[in-house]
Amino acid sequence: MPAAELASRVGRRALDRMGSLGRASMLWGLAVTRLPRWSEFPLVVRQIYNVGVLSLVIVVLSALSIGSVIALQFYTQLSRFGAQEAVGVGLAVVLLRELGPVVTALLFAGRAGSAITAEIGLMKSTEQLSSMEMMGVDPLRRIVAPRLWAGFVSLPLLTAIFNVVAIYGGVLVGVEWLGIDRGAFWSGMTETVELWHDIGKGTLKSLVFALVVTWISVFQGYDAYPSAEGIGLATTRTVVYSSVMVLALDFLLTLSMYGDFK
Amino acid sequence: MPAPTATSSDAAPNLIEIRGLHYAIGGRAIFEDLSLEVPRGRITAIMGPSGCGKTTLLWMIGGRVKPDRGQVLVDGQDVARISRKALFQLRRRMGVLFQSAALFTDLTVFENVAFPLRVHTRLPEDSLRDLVLMKLHAVGLRGARDLMPSELSGGMARRVALARAIALDPDLIMYDEPFAGQDPIAMGVLLSLIRKLNTALGTTSLLVSHDIHETASIADRIYVLSGGGVIGVGNADALKDHSEPQVRQFIRGAPDGPVPFHYPAEDYRRDLLGEGA
Repeated sequence: MPAAELASRVGRRALDRMGSLGRASMLWGLAVTRLPRWSEFPLVVRQIYNVGVLSLVIVVLSALSIGSVIALQFYTQLSRFGAQEAVGVGLAVVLLRELGPVVTALLFAGRAGSAITAEIGLMKSTEQLSSMEMMGVDPLRRIVAPRLWAGFVSLPLLTAIFNVVAIYGGVLVGVEWLGIDRGAFWSGMTETVELWHDIGKGTLKSLVFALVVTWISVFQGYDAYPSAEGIGLATTRTVVYSSVMVLALDFLLTLSMYGDFK
Repeated sequence: MPAPTATSSDAAPNLIEIRGLHYAIGGRAIFEDLSLEVPRGRITAIMGPSGCGKTTLLWMIGGRVKPDRGQVLVDGQDVARISRKALFQLRRRMGVLFQSAALFTDLTVFENVAFPLRVHTRLPEDSLRDLVLMKLHAVGLRGARDLMPSELSGGMARRVALARAIALDPDLIMYDEPFAGQDPIAMGVLLSLIRKLNTALGTTSLLVSHDIHETASIADRIYVLSGGGVIGVGNADALKDHSEPQVRQFIRGAPDGPVPFHYPAEDYRRDLLGEGA
């Protein structure tokens, strides 16, 4: 009976997914409701270093490259209408609203998320989490919560750094190299960019992405099958699920934030 | 350490009592009506073939796995039914030596042993240092305090893990396969350490192992598990002449007996001739 078999396979798959969604929600709920105590503050700082500071190099390099290519493309199109001064506005809006939060989140998933998953998965497979639990120390509090908080703090900051560096990359290409008028470039940008509409909403996006990416990373590590293969799979899943979720959520967020153009 | 007071639980001769334990994973019964007692201040061993649920039993005593039915009483408290907070309190009085040592790989030997003290006590740094060095000295690794776990041999890692397990002076130390994969010298060191810690600290020791000779030489009481229940109990000599043939086979390490050498298969001749299914 292939139909029945198919149905049971689909059902089992669905149950598996529901199960892991349930476990992920419980993990998140349990970890977040354990607000960090003062004594755990150093743990959070250390994780901010691990996931935030160590991601700086890749974020800065990508920002420089993305900022300069956007400026280049805008310039070639806009200069046909003699509107090359608008490069600054276009660059700032595209970065603050879309590319900044999205690209930083994708980079963060690849650099920090995968590291979190691998680390927690390895701790699980070498019984470090179990031994912690048997010592009367809650691994959710000690291992999971600091990483969630660190991700939540780091990603918006990284996004801000990404935006600044990318705009600087645009300035290098547009103003210094292609010769757009410096005053027009900056004044166009400062006149158009709004604090809440552009910067605020972009930051809100990056907060949502931070939540999703760190949650996925931590859960995949915590739920990984404790073997070399299991950890490898979990790491891959972190990057894939995070990227898909970031892109899908970005679309929805953009629609709801900037969807009043009809 | 405060002088022992005569509470009701102190009067009980057994630190751990397991009554009518039932547990199954994925339809396979691990324990069926298992009952056993671990007396205070003694070394009790749980032996049995691989996969008979020895380690699961340790998890149940530690409250990480809940039984389907039955009770696991540790110092009079039913581990599966007490609150999470009470369970974590109880766990501070248990030390567990994991098979893989389970040292925290990002901390030095010193910090590994200091970890439970830092989390559970507010000792000033110099007392903490003294305590950690005492524990490390007890396992002979005071000189290795600045090494990272990756720089230790398997036997050394297990000794550091033992120092960490006794950091809070637990009432109960559980050893999960302490001898597995150890060279003879490391094995001898561990054996004498387990015995010494038991007499010096007056702790109750529970040992899970299938290394017969080593276990037999230190355990005061041995439980042999098979088929979800206890099939033999006593000291090593008593078990060698046990009336149950399966117990005798296990203790003597005979390759064939009630536990067959061959995994169940169809008839050998028919199989070779290709007449089977």
